[in-house]
Amino acid sequence: MYTPQVAEHIANPRNVGELDNPSGTGDVTNQVCMDRIRLTVRIEGDCLSEARVKASGCPPTIAAASVLTELIIGRALAELEALTKQAVTEALGRLPAAKQHCASLAIEALRAALNDARR
Amino acid sequence: MADAGPGDGGQGPVINAVSCSTPDPRPPTPDMRIYLDNSATTAMLPEVIEAMLPCFDETYGNAQSVHGFGQRAKSLVERARREVATLVNATPGEIVFVAGGTEADNLAIRGIAAAHSEGGRHLITTKIEHPAVLATCQALEQAGAHVTYLPVQRNGIVSLEDVGAAITDDTALISVMHANNETGAVQPIEEIAALVRERRERGQKYLRLHTDAVQSVGKIPVDVKRLGVDLLSLSGHKLHGPKGVGALFIKKGVRLAKQMTGGHHERDRRAGTENVPGIVGLGRAAELARLHLGERAERIGQLRDYFEQQVRARLANVCVNGEPKRRVPHISNLSFADVDGESLLIALDLQGIAVSTGSACASGSLEPSHVLTAMQLTREQVRGSLRISLSALTTRQEIDCALAAIEETVARLRQMRPTDEEISPAEVV
Repeated sequence: MYTPQVAEHIANPRNVGELDNPSGTGDVTNQVCMDRIRLTVRIEGDCLSEARVKASGCPPTIAAASVLTELIIGRALAELEALTKQAVTEALGRLPAAKQHCASLAIEALRAALNDARR
Repeated sequence: MADAGPGDGGQGPVINAVSCSTPDPRPPTPDMRIYLDNSATTAMLPEVIEAMLPCFDETYGNAQSVHGFGQRAKSLVERARREVATLVNATPGEIVFVAGGTEADNLAIRGIAAAHSEGGRHLITTKIEHPAVLATCQALEQAGAHVTYLPVQRNGIVSLEDVGAAITDDTALISVMHANNETGAVQPIEEIAALVRERRERGQKYLRLHTDAVQSVGKIPVDVKRLGVDLLSLSGHKLHGPKGVGALFIKKGVRLAKQMTGGHHERDRRAGTENVPGIVGLGRAAELARLHLGERAERIGQLRDYFEQQVRARLANVCVNGEPKRRVPHISNLSFADVDGESLLIALDLQGIAVSTGSACASGSLEPSHVLTAMQLTREQVRGSLRISLSALTTRQEIDCALAAIEETVARLRQMRPTDEEISPAEVV
């Protein structure tokens, strides 16, 4: 039902936790299924140098949260603005149609964290 | 394997050979496979497979054929019929072989509804029935029948008062499952049968009682006379028999409208060339269930109770769903706070452990468990639910491995969860 990539991120989620004094925090909840992703990031210069994530919900949400951190750490802010849910889905191989919202939630968490950092 | 089921053997799932004399709490390795979803289906026992094999290439005749090939097949079918009858204390003539529990439920409900329009067009069932019963009742509603779906109490058991209050002069059939497949809760069938008898004595001659006993046959004593039912469904693959075969007990004298037409098989109650290998497998599985019922029930019940006691000792915020003292011995349904059941299921699956959950999306359906919902569990409790179901093949070592995996996985999922205090601000998407 789920790809090996999703399985791997569920078995060994990356970068779990919360940064102290983050540059920005994005905490988003899908009101339909109540899945939640909380992302904290550190921005140095124009680079996202560190990130930690906490998540609750169905397996693809946990996997999306985990893979998101891998996609964003060490990247330039300009690249991150262009990161899409397709990129998250591709990094997980594929997601069933009913679980596309998990990839969306991860991107929303990123946008929220970047917006928060700009304040 | 000292803790394996007695006598009736079975090698059990593939597992690293380890001494069973002391409990071994090592986490499972990737090549370990632990099957704890026996309410979904069970492995066939070697004796069952052995009994079925000759039917494929030796006794392959059509049981309706007059010649020797046919008669030898027929004799195997009739022997299996006697075993199934003995298991539930019926006579062989009261056992109709069908293609599984779903067909048995369909035959019972549609058969009675169609046969007894003089008895009215009202059916009574419960909200916690298997979809084979619920969907069939809903289909009959589309066709004009009136159906009452009784609620259950928080412990997952239907109230006798509610049943009594629901019966009208128009009621043709009451269908209440014997043991629920998600919680294992045993329903008060004997008491409902007493209500039915009372109504019949007062003139409601065609009021019938059906029970879906798919989860109780072979696990606890099931005696159609003691239960007082007119119809009872059972399924082969829930008692270490093959898939694709089951039986409906139809009490002598109960008339029902045939659903599968096209022949006079099964005393003209269910057409179709007999699935001889399947029926033979069911018969052998029924025989083994009868021979080992008591010892299996005791051992499995102890393992299940040990499992629950350990989970609650090792993890906080766990509760058991369903009446603990009125259950079949092999099912444990738990809710873990702050855990997503599907994530727990997938994580356990990755560790080689098969379980089930009442959370939506885990079964391929988008709806959470209708059973747990009917028991008024909160959305979170339903979402955080886990069902494990044991069998005669389950070992203490497997339970210990599962416990270790569940403890570790629940702790990890809970740790990964954002806390309520951290909401600052949570955007709504």
